[in-house]
Amino acid sequence: MALELDDVRRAAHLARLGLSDEEAASYVDDLSRILEMADSLQAVDTEHVAPLSHSLDTTQHLRVDEVTEQDQRERFQRCAPAVEDGLYLVPRVVE
Amino acid sequence: MHDKTLTELAAGLTTGDFSSRELTDHFLGRIERLDGEINSFITVTPEQAQASADAADATRRQGDAGPLNGLPLALKDLFCTQGVRTSCGSRMLDNFVSPYDATLVERLAAAGTVSLGKTNMDEFAMGSSNENSYYGPVKNPWDLAAVPGGSSGGSAAAVAAGLTPAALGTDTGGSIRQPAAFCGITGLKPTYGRVSRYGMVAYASSLDQGGPMARSAEDCALLLGAIAGHDPRDSTSVTRGVPDYRAELNAPLTGLRIGLPKEYFGEGLDPEVEAAVREAIKVYESLGASVQAISLPHTNLAIPAYYVIAPAEASSNLSRFDGVRFGHRCENPSDLIDLYKRSRAEGFGSEVKRRILMGTHTLSEGFFDAYYKKAQQVRRLIRQDFLDAFDEVDVLMGPAAPTPAFDLGANKDPLSMYLQDIYTIATNLAGIPGISVPAGFVGQRPTGLQILGPHFAESQLLNVAHQFQQATDWHLKRPSFGEENS
Amino acid sequence: MQWETVIGLEVHVQLATQSKIFSGASTAFGAAPNTQACAVDLGMPGVLPVLNESAVAMAVQFGLGINAEIPEVSIFDRKNYFYADLPKGYQTSQMYHPIVGPGEVEIVLGDDKTKRIRVHHAHLEEDAGKSLHEDYHGMSGIDLNRAGTPLLEIVSEPDMRSATEAVAYLRAIHAIVTYLDVSDGNMAEGSMRCDVNVSVRPEGQATFGTRAEIKNVNSFRFVERAIAFEVERQIELIEDGGQVVQETRLYDPEADETRSMRTKEEANDYRYFPCPDLLPVVLDRAYVDHLRSTLPELPAEKRARFENELGLSAYDAGVLSSSRPMAEYFEAVKAVCGDAKLAANWVQGELSGQLNRENMSIDDSPVTAQQLGELVLRVKDETINGKAAKQVFAALWNGEGDSADAIIEAKGLKQVTDTGAIEAMIDQVIAESPPQVAQYQNADPDKRGKMIGYFVGQVMKASRGTANPQQVNVLLKQKLDQI
Repeated sequence: MALELDDVRRAAHLARLGLSDEEAASYVDDLSRILEMADSLQAVDTEHVAPLSHSLDTTQHLRVDEVTEQDQRERFQRCAPAVEDGLYLVPRVVE
Repeated sequence: MHDKTLTELAAGLTTGDFSSRELTDHFLGRIERLDGEINSFITVTPEQAQASADAADATRRQGDAGPLNGLPLALKDLFCTQGVRTSCGSRMLDNFVSPYDATLVERLAAAGTVSLGKTNMDEFAMGSSNENSYYGPVKNPWDLAAVPGGSSGGSAAAVAAGLTPAALGTDTGGSIRQPAAFCGITGLKPTYGRVSRYGMVAYASSLDQGGPMARSAEDCALLLGAIAGHDPRDSTSVTRGVPDYRAELNAPLTGLRIGLPKEYFGEGLDPEVEAAVREAIKVYESLGASVQAISLPHTNLAIPAYYVIAPAEASSNLSRFDGVRFGHRCENPSDLIDLYKRSRAEGFGSEVKRRILMGTHTLSEGFFDAYYKKAQQVRRLIRQDFLDAFDEVDVLMGPAAPTPAFDLGANKDPLSMYLQDIYTIATNLAGIPGISVPAGFVGQRPTGLQILGPHFAESQLLNVAHQFQQATDWHLKRPSFGEENS
Repeated sequence: MQWETVIGLEVHVQLATQSKIFSGASTAFGAAPNTQACAVDLGMPGVLPVLNESAVAMAVQFGLGINAEIPEVSIFDRKNYFYADLPKGYQTSQMYHPIVGPGEVEIVLGDDKTKRIRVHHAHLEEDAGKSLHEDYHGMSGIDLNRAGTPLLEIVSEPDMRSATEAVAYLRAIHAIVTYLDVSDGNMAEGSMRCDVNVSVRPEGQATFGTRAEIKNVNSFRFVERAIAFEVERQIELIEDGGQVVQETRLYDPEADETRSMRTKEEANDYRYFPCPDLLPVVLDRAYVDHLRSTLPELPAEKRARFENELGLSAYDAGVLSSSRPMAEYFEAVKAVCGDAKLAANWVQGELSGQLNRENMSIDDSPVTAQQLGELVLRVKDETINGKAAKQVFAALWNGEGDSADAIIEAKGLKQVTDTGAIEAMIDQVIAESPPQVAQYQNADPDKRGKMIGYFVGQVMKASRGTANPQQVNVLLKQKLDQI
């Protein structure tokens, strides 16, 4: 399936990825060719094949419900670009 | 000292030929003198390394030294290391000093190893040449005009160049095995779930697996024993027990059934690489193994399936890099969307963006069934190919990559770069283990033999690889790199 | 034209686990910002989720509580979108294989009729953090303490036809989760909130109208108000020739209206796919059966038992079983006094009345169930009469004594049943009331009944309320008629 400039722009917006016009245009070609390659999957009959998400047929193990983590705010926020009063700062969010 | 294997160095430490501190200083010195040429490290941590080495020496004096105590090694820069930058080869994490240790890092530290620093890599492990790093490309110590392979290119090059006796890498579609082959070292991708992924920055969660890169299969066995095992913090790590991976190394190969997948010897395979692989297989026959042709009929679908599944998972995994809690943040964002878009545009390189766009597109409405679901169905068929093959044979063998290391800058087209992983990628989709061992040279560039086994057959793979290394000396060859300086 | 309202609810219930759904951080409410957000909750690079067994157990208990199917396998998916309070850029949820399948909830309507509301499914997911809009130099602050708190999202079928039914449904869900102790149900702290889907259609029309979704309504009253406003808005809109737009709206309690939310994402495309960091959750039969065997009695069962076994009226049974604290209080009172009807009357009457007047919940009642039970017991064994009982209740409420018996003793409220003592008081009242006695004697015999009230009042007054009123009546009549 070929891809158009609008598809790239849409994906970029969904992925919150800023793209210049030139970048967007260059990805149209690359991604179209990658998708074309992916289209070779369509030739396989998978009607009776269940999708495989994990290579091992194992199941989820469960964690005991106990508090094991203590407050490490100061340590975690040392790598944060903008904090104040223990809060992460972002441009004003309007609800 | 830098020509020795990890096993030999461990022996030297035990007999007191040298201390961990001496060993560590030796490698730190080499890194300082030589790494400028190949760029295999992003961050070197001499103070921490010396402190760890001193602690390891103290442990040894107290008589508590385990098999890995005091051995230096390097970590691919996507294993989170507390107090040390963990960049993933990305501008996005250039300023990220991890507040915690990955489980694998914790386990290696608990075993008394000494981390020399963090190795270069393709950004977020996306690449096959190590040219996609914010910190610049890595050069192959065998030939500075060649790439070291990727994405664990820094780890492979550092081991090959004798800047570290071993390193840890990760393999999502061949990222341990292909650079190991390109750099003439031994690299093992364990079974998915064998090694904890906690603290390993995710590229494609259902495919990523950490593993050892070293001078020999024996060294890989030593390291795997330290990092394998269930981690309660990783739901996908298995609870099955960890064997002593060195116990089976010397088992004879008489009666070993080797399968040669015909799809791994087809069009696109460099004739000299093929010749080296076939030569290696003859060695196995001389060791008592039998060889038969086998088919993995869905091999040609592995790359398309991978390039749907891996980018889809990556597009979601990389959403957390949003400029809010860690990592790169753009200047003066006007609103929330601007913050996201500019921080991510500035922080990510072009291959990462390409895969995020690809994954976002194939997961979006109207495309999900045609791409993602289809790829997951094909994934099952690919796994079945291997399960069927292992009903017939014990291991599969073939080349690790279709060509020897290519020139820096030679593969500008992303698609042709993707084809580099043609022999390695299916194993990640199937979750089985694989090892690449040095098997000769094409000119001055090394080439690797890949050995694949059933799920959790690491002991057997290591045995098969080790026996080859007992019969050949490809793994003992060293590049002339750095000789005039040492 | 007659319009019919169609309502469906998505109720988000915070599960009462100690730790978060995928991490070991505490879920306690009210901590300083980001002090309960661990590396996993913050979505640090490389961290991984591990599922909390209590969250799974609580979800299954809820499912069993609404007689739902519990599928053997459930799967977590990622819902991908960017927002300030969503640290990983995706919410881990369950899109295709939820932990709880179809079930149903019985609601009680005002006229004691019941109705079954179908539940489409309930799924587990993680809560997001909070954006604080105080001005930080033109920025908002993000607190991720709530991020990763386990939520059970309970999705109903569009089976409700009025705001009253919707509120009754919400109350029923609230009762079930609090009976099961899988949530504290505290709406003020956001432990339970709901999205309300509302549409209208001409009565008799089979297809649904276009619906609006009112997001994040967090009280019973607001649900009622929001629906009332929205229904009126939609009807007016259609009658004026307009069309309802499918959109997300917000209820503003101050203006008492719903407003269209400025669309934060023009085209939502959540790109759901199975979370590769989590494996399929498989619940074996034995586990589910074990949970089933430990389920407490639920509101509907309790209501039936109160009505059928205890002989309460349908109304009393409904009210007393409607919330777990109310039911527990009532049953404790009944256990002490041994009389279900009297206990029901007192809990429903004096106690509820006083709680309502003071705007208190039954949990905060100053009169304990034990105290009330002992009081009712003294009414039942006629130690005190009804009037004195009210005095005792008031004294208990005001903390004037520890027990009914102590107050009865201290205030001398014990009912006087000694005939001699009552006769003495009657004689005195008659002696002090010659005009009234004369009036009584001159009156028509059939009007005397009414006139006796005056004397009863005087005798009760003389006894400070402690005389047995029935005895007073009988004896007075005899005495007056003998004069």
